[in-house]
Amino acid sequence: MPELDSIASLEARREEVAFTLARYRTVVTMCGGTACQACGCQPVARAMTREVMAQGLEETVYVRTTGCHGFCEQGPLVIIDPGGIVYVHVTPEDVPEIVAQTIRKGKVIERLSYTDPVSDKTVQAEDEIPFYTRQKRLLLGENRHIAPRDIDDYIARGGYSALAKALDSMTPEAVVEEIERSGLQGRGGGGYPTGKKWRQCRNASGDARYVICNADEGDPGDYMDRSLLEGNPHSIIEGMIIGAFAVGARHGYIYVRKEYPLAVVNAGVAIRQAQALRLLGEDILGTGFDFDIQVVRGGGAFVCGESTALMASLEGKVGEPRPKDIHTVERGYLGQPTVLNNVETWANVPSIIRHGADWFASQGTERSKGTKIFALTGQVKNTGLIEVEMGTTLREIIYDIGGGPKNGREIKAVQTGGPSGGCLPTSQFDLPVDFDALYEAGSMMGSGGMVVMDDSSCMVDVAKYFLAFLQDESCGKCTPCRLGVGRLLEIVTDISEGRGSLDQLDLLEDLSWTISVASLCALGKTAPNPVLSTLKYFRDEYLDHIENKRCAAGVCRALIRLVIDSTLCDRCGKCIANCPHKAITGSRDTSYAIDDELCTRCRICADACEQHAILVR
Amino acid sequence: MDLSRLEEILDSKGSETFAIMEVLQDVQEAYRYISEEAIVRISERLDVPVIEVFRLANFYKAFSLTPRGRHLITVCAGTACHVQGAPRLLDTVLALLNTKPGETTADGAFTVETVNCLGACALAPVVVIDGKYYDHMTPGKVRALLEDIRFEDELAEDEDEEEVEAEANA
Repeated sequence: MPELDSIASLEARREEVAFTLARYRTVVTMCGGTACQACGCQPVARAMTREVMAQGLEETVYVRTTGCHGFCEQGPLVIIDPGGIVYVHVTPEDVPEIVAQTIRKGKVIERLSYTDPVSDKTVQAEDEIPFYTRQKRLLLGENRHIAPRDIDDYIARGGYSALAKALDSMTPEAVVEEIERSGLQGRGGGGYPTGKKWRQCRNASGDARYVICNADEGDPGDYMDRSLLEGNPHSIIEGMIIGAFAVGARHGYIYVRKEYPLAVVNAGVAIRQAQALRLLGEDILGTGFDFDIQVVRGGGAFVCGESTALMASLEGKVGEPRPKDIHTVERGYLGQPTVLNNVETWANVPSIIRHGADWFASQGTERSKGTKIFALTGQVKNTGLIEVEMGTTLREIIYDIGGGPKNGREIKAVQTGGPSGGCLPTSQFDLPVDFDALYEAGSMMGSGGMVVMDDSSCMVDVAKYFLAFLQDESCGKCTPCRLGVGRLLEIVTDISEGRGSLDQLDLLEDLSWTISVASLCALGKTAPNPVLSTLKYFRDEYLDHIENKRCAAGVCRALIRLVIDSTLCDRCGKCIANCPHKAITGSRDTSYAIDDELCTRCRICADACEQHAILVR
Repeated sequence: MDLSRLEEILDSKGSETFAIMEVLQDVQEAYRYISEEAIVRISERLDVPVIEVFRLANFYKAFSLTPRGRHLITVCAGTACHVQGAPRLLDTVLALLNTKPGETTADGAFTVETVNCLGACALAPVVVIDGKYYDHMTPGKVRALLEDIRFEDELAEDEDEEEVEAEANA
């Protein structure tokens, strides 16, 4: 590839790419994110390429495999443009028909179309799917147009024009000002103003400056950063180059979770392509600005999502946080001024520079600007990645985009903000998505996990789950976090196993307060949130466990028993064959029974039973 | 133990501050664990105290101090998977293989691990076996998968034996 040695040469390449793409009459887009790969998108993609070649259509049909579109549950997805005809759950066997009918003749194949679970209507075009229409997909929407390992796709979408604008017509000071005015806040959870962070780094004294992309997305239930890095890595790279220009950095790092192998590879490929075009390296676009980026694989420690721990890890040390009386913008990586932003934050930077701070600030609420991506998961009809304008209510997200509860159950809570966040009940569903509003309600925006829970979830169990997670992930440096979280877990375990007492509830609150004021980093400070928020909104469930030794959701194993209803049981033997603990006895002639001592309440038997004769008591 | 791969990894290491992490990642991938010999050798070559190398290998979840099995089964324990039945999946796997999380079966065939989220939440609950993702898992499905792997392993062993016999006969 010829290097881009000037801004004019970037624009020339953009025209060239647009010209090449315009040759194609039809574009077939296939989602190739991690989730779609798990659903088998790769055989579909191979079949599509083969079929297009076999039919001699490769001159007019462009087949593109992109990153995640967000609608993971419906994968593998195929979209045919123009028209945006969308097919869901496609198999390789469907491909010849798609090529013959839709690509050749423009006919829609009804049986592959999406059926909206709310209205039960078939939807043909992508932009008519309710899941998408209620979103504002400024960042995620791009994924669908870009093959992540083809820099030209990104350039065709206007990529690197923000960089060109910054290098060509703006001073570093003006870039910082623009980001400040936009009101962009850190998307990783803290919500710290990005422009302010950049200014502090710029003003700090040091021998060198660094920019870091935090892609150590560790909150369970989150995957927006992975999808952005996998699907549109150049948007993050462009954001980082602009940030480096603004603060005066020469080196940048993308610290990415090892559990995200596709993101590691795609980020690496994107960096090499950018280097080959001289968008990274020395004398970027012939402007004399030098900057380069390296990908670093994380070691799989949740605490490394914390800025000081991440930097320690980058230095080849154990990832323990340090006190932040001196901030990392002054003394970060190698003791030098460092800007660390989350993936989604970096991805927002190019469009702010391109369209201006006013454009960005015109979206969202008074205090939170722009859009936010959420991973909507759990017990809701439509799960996947969604992006909404700040200020959208939880109810709109869960019921309008998510389609409401599954299997005729009733939604009772949503967990936002991961292990640092909290559980909000339905009475709080009119809260807007806004950093301050969620914080005031006892939860937090976090990095954007949103797990919807219905009446089959037990809130004591949820609190226990997060405590077990945090106890496991505490780095062990501060005693209140290391021992306190463990003690909280012991108490909640007591309650979930029927040994709880009422005075333990006061102890939980007391101890929570100590942990949150006496821990060093955000992991410890926010660790009690899952307990405090469930105690605040679902105290009756705790009381039910303590006073009546009852788990209404049937989750807490020590408080439930499995029994076989002999009037329903047809003695088929499936439960006996499936029980891994050999806890069920019986034969065709005698009635079946479950031995409580051997039974672990795993309910594998209940899944196997076609008569639904195994009941939870 | 063949340490030639370790030497190659050490030879090709970069000069960055995080080079030791990269070395450990590569050693883990190549050997499926960080052995005592590897820790000592890394310490010598990188001029870092043995205790520091051990500390890193012990702190980060990506590294294992004991050999992992031929098959790695990862049960996702993220929030979305948890509320959709991951604990039952884990129970099933552990009961069927008679092992504990993070440990390897006595025959060296399987290691069972949990991970705190794979970011495939829309497909919950998820189990990864030898790098392949399996979505919307149930205890029944996971049991069938394990039986398939065992069956294939036995077939492969039989073939190996046949080959050895054929070679002996020739």
